[in-house]
Amino acid sequence: MEFSESIFASRFNLTRQDLENYLAEALSHGGDYADLYFEYLLTSSIGIDESIVKSAAQGVSVGVGVRVLSGERTGYAYSDDLSPEKIRKAARVAAYIAAGPSKVDTINLKDGPRHDLYPVLTAPSDTAFASRVELVRRADQAARAYDPRIFQVQAVYADNLRHVMIANSDGVLTLDRQPLARLSVSVLARENDGPPQRGHSGGGGRVELSFFEEEKTPEHFAREAAREALVMLGAVEAPAGEMTVVLGPGWPGILLHEAVGHGLEADFNRKKVSAFSDRVGERVASELCTVIDDGTIRSRRGSLNIDDEGQPTRQNVLIENGILRGYLQDKLSSTLMHTAPTGSGRRESYEHMPMPRMTNTFMLAGESDPQDIIRSVPKGLYCVSFGGGQVDITNGNFVFSASESYLIEDGKVTRPIRNATLIGNGPEALKYVSMVGNDLELDEGIGVCGKEGQSVPVGVGIPTIRIDRMTVGGTA
Amino acid sequence: MSQNHLTELAVEVVKRALAAGATDAECTVAEGEEFSANVRMRELESLKEAGSRGAGVRVLVGKRTGSTSTSDLSPDGIARLVASAMELASVTNEDPHVGLPDPGEMGSISGDLGLYCKDVAGLETELKIETARRAEIAALDTDPRISNSEGASFDTHAGRHVFANSRGFCGAYRTSYCSLSAVPVAREGDSMERDYWDSLARGFAGLEQPEKVGSTAARRALRRLHPTKVATQKVPVVFEPRVARSLVGSLFDAVHGMAVYRHQSFLAGRVGERVASEKVTVIDDATIPGLFGTSPFDDEGVPSRRTVVIERGVLKSYLLNCYAARKLGLKTTGNASRGLTGNAGIGHGNFYVEKGVESPDAIIAGIRNGFYVTQTQGFGVNIVTGDYSQGASGLWIRDGELAFAVSEVTIAANLKDMFLGLDAVGSDLEFRGSVAAPTLKIGEMTVGGK
Repeated sequence: MEFSESIFASRFNLTRQDLENYLAEALSHGGDYADLYFEYLLTSSIGIDESIVKSAAQGVSVGVGVRVLSGERTGYAYSDDLSPEKIRKAARVAAYIAAGPSKVDTINLKDGPRHDLYPVLTAPSDTAFASRVELVRRADQAARAYDPRIFQVQAVYADNLRHVMIANSDGVLTLDRQPLARLSVSVLARENDGPPQRGHSGGGGRVELSFFEEEKTPEHFAREAAREALVMLGAVEAPAGEMTVVLGPGWPGILLHEAVGHGLEADFNRKKVSAFSDRVGERVASELCTVIDDGTIRSRRGSLNIDDEGQPTRQNVLIENGILRGYLQDKLSSTLMHTAPTGSGRRESYEHMPMPRMTNTFMLAGESDPQDIIRSVPKGLYCVSFGGGQVDITNGNFVFSASESYLIEDGKVTRPIRNATLIGNGPEALKYVSMVGNDLELDEGIGVCGKEGQSVPVGVGIPTIRIDRMTVGGTA
Repeated sequence: MSQNHLTELAVEVVKRALAAGATDAECTVAEGEEFSANVRMRELESLKEAGSRGAGVRVLVGKRTGSTSTSDLSPDGIARLVASAMELASVTNEDPHVGLPDPGEMGSISGDLGLYCKDVAGLETELKIETARRAEIAALDTDPRISNSEGASFDTHAGRHVFANSRGFCGAYRTSYCSLSAVPVAREGDSMERDYWDSLARGFAGLEQPEKVGSTAARRALRRLHPTKVATQKVPVVFEPRVARSLVGSLFDAVHGMAVYRHQSFLAGRVGERVASEKVTVIDDATIPGLFGTSPFDDEGVPSRRTVVIERGVLKSYLLNCYAARKLGLKTTGNASRGLTGNAGIGHGNFYVEKGVESPDAIIAGIRNGFYVTQTQGFGVNIVTGDYSQGASGLWIRDGELAFAVSEVTIAANLKDMFLGLDAVGSDLEFRGSVAAPTLKIGEMTVGGK
């Protein structure tokens, strides 16, 4: 996309000269670096509940964030008004942080490189509402048709289209158009007059609407949610204490996101408050484990052509054969740590300062047959799907809650168990990985990661793995 | 914009929606200014300052609805806002329970609710930075083992909120708050732990002293050092007030009217029944001046009120907006909540467990072997079934005293049993947010460990 064709030039009449002037204003009190993050965001969502399309909502937000870096200091201001006087005011407020002569002389903006990972011709948000309404209706019907025990169905389809433009005092100007769509289905099942159980499924990515017609249909997600709820009707109490845990492929990769991903974000390591601080080159996992964060996978929810500081995203090796290789960097931390950026600077919106974040985090496949992994466990847990997770990056303790899991008895998957939280310690947990399957899968595209109040879309993935020791938070 | 301008805008949006063919309409206009200063290792780390505005409209066309929001308040932006909402209403279905509140239900409580303090707007930047710096220095100076820090922050927010609907309701109020927090890191040998403490108030004068915030955070981090992972066992579990709040938050999720009508809550259909021990009384009250869950009216224009949710263990009321009330054949409790637009959801006012008579020390003193939880981790609460399983850390209770730090364990039970088995309620209720609880003791939970 060319600057002149962008919404910022065409609708808001911004010129390259304007951007250079605003950057100069931001550096008028000094400072090492400044950037402007322009965002034009369209959001929409449609919801069905009780077979009635009850909600349809749409939003427009536009704004610019101005940032000035001066040593370890950051000044930040934003405006939801793109008039020259309001942008200049934001630039002056952000400039307050710095003092003394600026290290930047003149700024001549040149177009920076970027990937083309989501060549979406028609963004879902540009399609007729009626075709998007049809998705939730189909999900509702399919879930109800799956089994008479399904008695409540809610489905939500949401998409957004984010136009971004980032200009920085290094002289780089980048633009991107980021579509994102997601369909999610929640159901309740009940048998006779027993207590209800829930099931959930969903997915999407940086895709066209045809993705939901051809690749992952509403029926696919609806059946998956219904199946999970029915399984849970027969669930028994979860065990408590340390045991062998087998994670199934795909979404259970949230383990990596919590156990190692957050702890490897460079801001925490620069400040030495992470359990992984100063541990590059050390063994933090069994040699079967290689963990990657990759923002360049086509059409994935966590992928980006450029990060929110204008850097092209990359494939970053976090752990290689069990050895910690590196951190996820943004501009500030990479400058202060004298290392290259990794394309990991992300933010929720123009109202937020960027920070190091994950994109799509996964473990490379190993050589074991997934069935052999299950057969190898005399007594343990087999976890197929999870709810959310969380980590304390300082002591390294992380949790993730199993929403569909089963007992393994004598090498066989037997009874489903009720929801339980699993807990472990980041730098230790992956040392107990004793088998890695050959069946790497990425998740369906539903993850949202929260950090310091900012939410961003992410992906995870993992093959089937066996962890010899992990604590399970059941009651039995 | 002045309050008058915002109010005029809201009324204008409603008028335009009716002119475009809506049978009813509601409009929210909000404006806010935020400021944030972070200090780390005694030095200023970041400053953030900005303001924003937005408007949202929800139109009803018969029994169909459409909702839009925008940050573009220009005449063109407003025209698009209304036109898009009308278009959206045409793709939704008729929902027989949709509608605005009845005229008799609308209104606003009068009097000064203490939601806005002028002092917040006039604070000098240097004072705000210095306040954060004092908190962090107090944390760092508490003990030589506090050798690192994630910093201290001072934040302020001031805003205006306007709501108008086509049945003649129009109300506006101003809010402010400021907050101070510190996150020190304690380290000794191989053990590294962080914790936080914060103070939140409507005005600067209401904040705890920075030195108290910093030293409290430091003491909390220090007492977590060198934790043990205990063996798996069933014991009494005491929740300190900060984590008892999250337990009470789960109770809110269970009396949430939308979850109730969908049978998504383990408390659905149980009004009038015993759902907790006699020691438990739970109140939702959005009328207490100065508190964080207080407002003159809810997000449908219904006056705020006090609702007894659980009285001495018996479930008395759910929390409802107009929609959930109609679904359940009840009256709204004034708990409608939403952002700029959308069908109203349900929120709480000040949602709290009434204080009991026992001091926290006395509760701990009565336990021979148990777990005093100071942090929970995760999302392992299932409101449909009541299953509760969370990561936890805290201090082990041995012979009535806090004996040693514990972490990397889980606590699990079912919320139904937890509230029925809640056998001690502390006298230490403080409102540090819109959900509040004193120290709570659960008779027995499973601790998952070694």
